[in-house]
Amino acid sequence: MSNIAVLPILIPLVAGIITIFFHKKIKAVRFFAKLVTLLNLGVAVWIGYYVIQNGTVVLETGDWVAPYGIVMVADRLAIFLVITTNIIATACVFFAQHSLSLKQEQFYFYTFYFLLITGVSGAFLTGDLFNLFVFYEVLLMASYGLVILGGERVQLRESLKYVLLNLFSSMLFVTTVAFLYSVVGTINMAQIAQRVQEVEQTGILTTIGIVLFFVFATKGAIFPLYFWLPKSYIVPNTVVSALFGALLTKVGIYSILRTFTLMFTNDTGVTHELFIWLAALSMLFGVIGALSTNNIKLIIAYNIIPAVGFMLMGIGLLNDAGISGSVYYLIHDMIIKAALFLMVGALAYLAGTSDLTKMKGMIHHYPLLGWMFFIGSLVLAGIPPFSGFIGKLLLLRGGIEEERFVIVVIGLLTSLLILLSMMRIFMRGFWGEKPDIKVQPKQARKLMMPAVFLLTLSIILGIGAEWFYPHVDTITTELLDQGSYIDSVLKE
Amino acid sequence: MEIIMAVLAGLLFATAIYNLLQKQILRIIIGTVLLSHGAHLFILTMGKLKRGDPPIIVEGAGPFTDPLPQALILTSIVISFGVTSFLLVLAYRASTLNKTDNMEELRGSEHE
Repeated sequence: MSNIAVLPILIPLVAGIITIFFHKKIKAVRFFAKLVTLLNLGVAVWIGYYVIQNGTVVLETGDWVAPYGIVMVADRLAIFLVITTNIIATACVFFAQHSLSLKQEQFYFYTFYFLLITGVSGAFLTGDLFNLFVFYEVLLMASYGLVILGGERVQLRESLKYVLLNLFSSMLFVTTVAFLYSVVGTINMAQIAQRVQEVEQTGILTTIGIVLFFVFATKGAIFPLYFWLPKSYIVPNTVVSALFGALLTKVGIYSILRTFTLMFTNDTGVTHELFIWLAALSMLFGVIGALSTNNIKLIIAYNIIPAVGFMLMGIGLLNDAGISGSVYYLIHDMIIKAALFLMVGALAYLAGTSDLTKMKGMIHHYPLLGWMFFIGSLVLAGIPPFSGFIGKLLLLRGGIEEERFVIVVIGLLTSLLILLSMMRIFMRGFWGEKPDIKVQPKQARKLMMPAVFLLTLSIILGIGAEWFYPHVDTITTELLDQGSYIDSVLKE
Repeated sequence: MEIIMAVLAGLLFATAIYNLLQKQILRIIIGTVLLSHGAHLFILTMGKLKRGDPPIIVEGAGPFTDPLPQALILTSIVISFGVTSFLLVLAYRASTLNKTDNMEELRGSEHE
C-alpha cells in the first residue's frame, strides 16, 4: 500500500505528457484535463483518508531502504496540502477555458498546468532534501512556461526577471544542500534531523539553516526578498495568477515549516527570532504595497506578502498555538487567494479594466460578484466566523503565550490595513453610479462558478472549524515531535 | 586538493556574481552558467575527492568513493542545462520584442 504515496505526483505527470500529443484538439483536451483533475482530487482525498486511518505512508522508491534511497513521505500535513492543491487545481481547470484565449489554451496550457501540479505535490510529499530541489525545478519550469503564455511584451520582460531570480536561488539551494551534506553526510530529511542533534559544532548548522531559509524565503516572498513577486504575478493570465498566488509561495512556506520544525531547531534563539522580525516586516511592507496601488490585480498580489508573514510568525513562535495557526492559515490562504485572484480576474474582464480609477458601480450589473467579493475580503482580513479568523486567533494566541506583544500588535494592525485595502476595491469598484458598459451575465456566471466553489469551501473551513481543528492539532503534535517523523521514515 | 577546489569554486562564484550584476542580458546569463558550474564543483568537493576507488559498496570491499555527489551533480547539470537553454530563448524573444537588451531599460513603468 505504500505505493499510493506517489500517485498524486504520477497522475498529473502522465496526464501532462498525454496532453502534449493532442494539444490542438481543444475540446478533447479540456474534457481530459477536467476528468484527470477530478480523478486526482479523488485519489488525494482517498490517500488522506487512508493516512488518517493508518498513519503516515512512507514509500521507499526502488526498495532502497531509507535513508539510502529517495523516500516519499505522506504524513498528514503533506497530504492535507496535496488535497488543497488539487481543490485549487479543480477550480482553475474549470475557470481556464473562459479566461484563456483559444490560442493560449492550445499552446500547451494544460501540459504546463499538470506539470505544475506534479511539482507542487512532489514538493509536499518528498522526504529528501535534494529531491525537494528537483521538484522545485519541476514546478518552476512549468511556471516559466505558464508565465510567458501569450508572449506579450510585458510578460516576456517580467518573466525574464522571474526566471533569473529563481535560477539564482535554485543554485544557492544546491550549494546549501552540498554544505549540509558535508556536515551531516546525508540528504534524507529524517536522518538529517537525527544527526543534527548529534553534531557538536552547532554554529555551522545555524549558518546553513539561515542560508536555506533565504532560499525558501526567495520562493516564498518574505521581506526583504519579495520585490519580484507582485509584478510577475499579475502579468500572466488570471487563471495562471490564481495558480501561482495560491500554490507557489505556499511551497516555500511549507519548506520552511518542514525544515525548521524538523531539522534546524538547535538554535531557535537565532533562527526563529529572525523569523518573527522578518514576519513583522513582511506584514507591514506587504500591506503598504497593497495600499499603494490602484491596480486591482496588484492589490491582491501584494496581499500575498502579509499572509506569508502571518504563517512565518507561527513558525517563529514554535509553540502549539503558533504552529497550528500557521498550518490552519496555510490551508485557508491557499483557498482564499485562489478565490480572490479568480474574482478580481472576473471583475477586470467584466469591467474591461483593472484600474480602480476607471471603474465604478459594478454591483448594479453583477450583484453576486460584488457580495462574493465582500465576503472574500472579510475572510482575508480575518473577520469571524470565517476561516481567516480561526488562523489569526491561533497565531495571536501563540504570540501572547510567548509574550511577544509587538508582533501581536503588528499582526492586528496589518489585518485592519488588509481590510482597508480590500474595501478600497469594493467601494471604488462596486459602489458608485451605474456604469455604461456592456453587460454579459452569461459569461459572468461561468467566470464566477469556480470562485463560488472555493469561497464556499473557505466558509466551511471557518464555520466547520470544530470538525477541522482536531486534524490541525494532530499535525501540530506531529510537527513539534520530531521523533515521530524520524521513526516513521527510518522505522526504528 | 579540497582547498584548491573550494577556492576555484569560490572564484567561479565571484565571477558569476560580477556577471549577474551587469546590465546586458547575455552577460547575466553567462553569470548564471558560471554560478551553476561553481555550485556543481562545490558539491563534488563536499563529497571528499578521491581517486581510483570504485563507487560501489560490496561486503568486505576496501575503500570506496561516495557515489552520491556524482548523482546529485548529474541531476543538477541536466536541470541547469535545461533552464539555461530556455533562458537563452526567452532572452532573445524578450530583447527582440522590447527592442533592448539592457536591464536598466527593461525595468518597466508604473502605469502601463
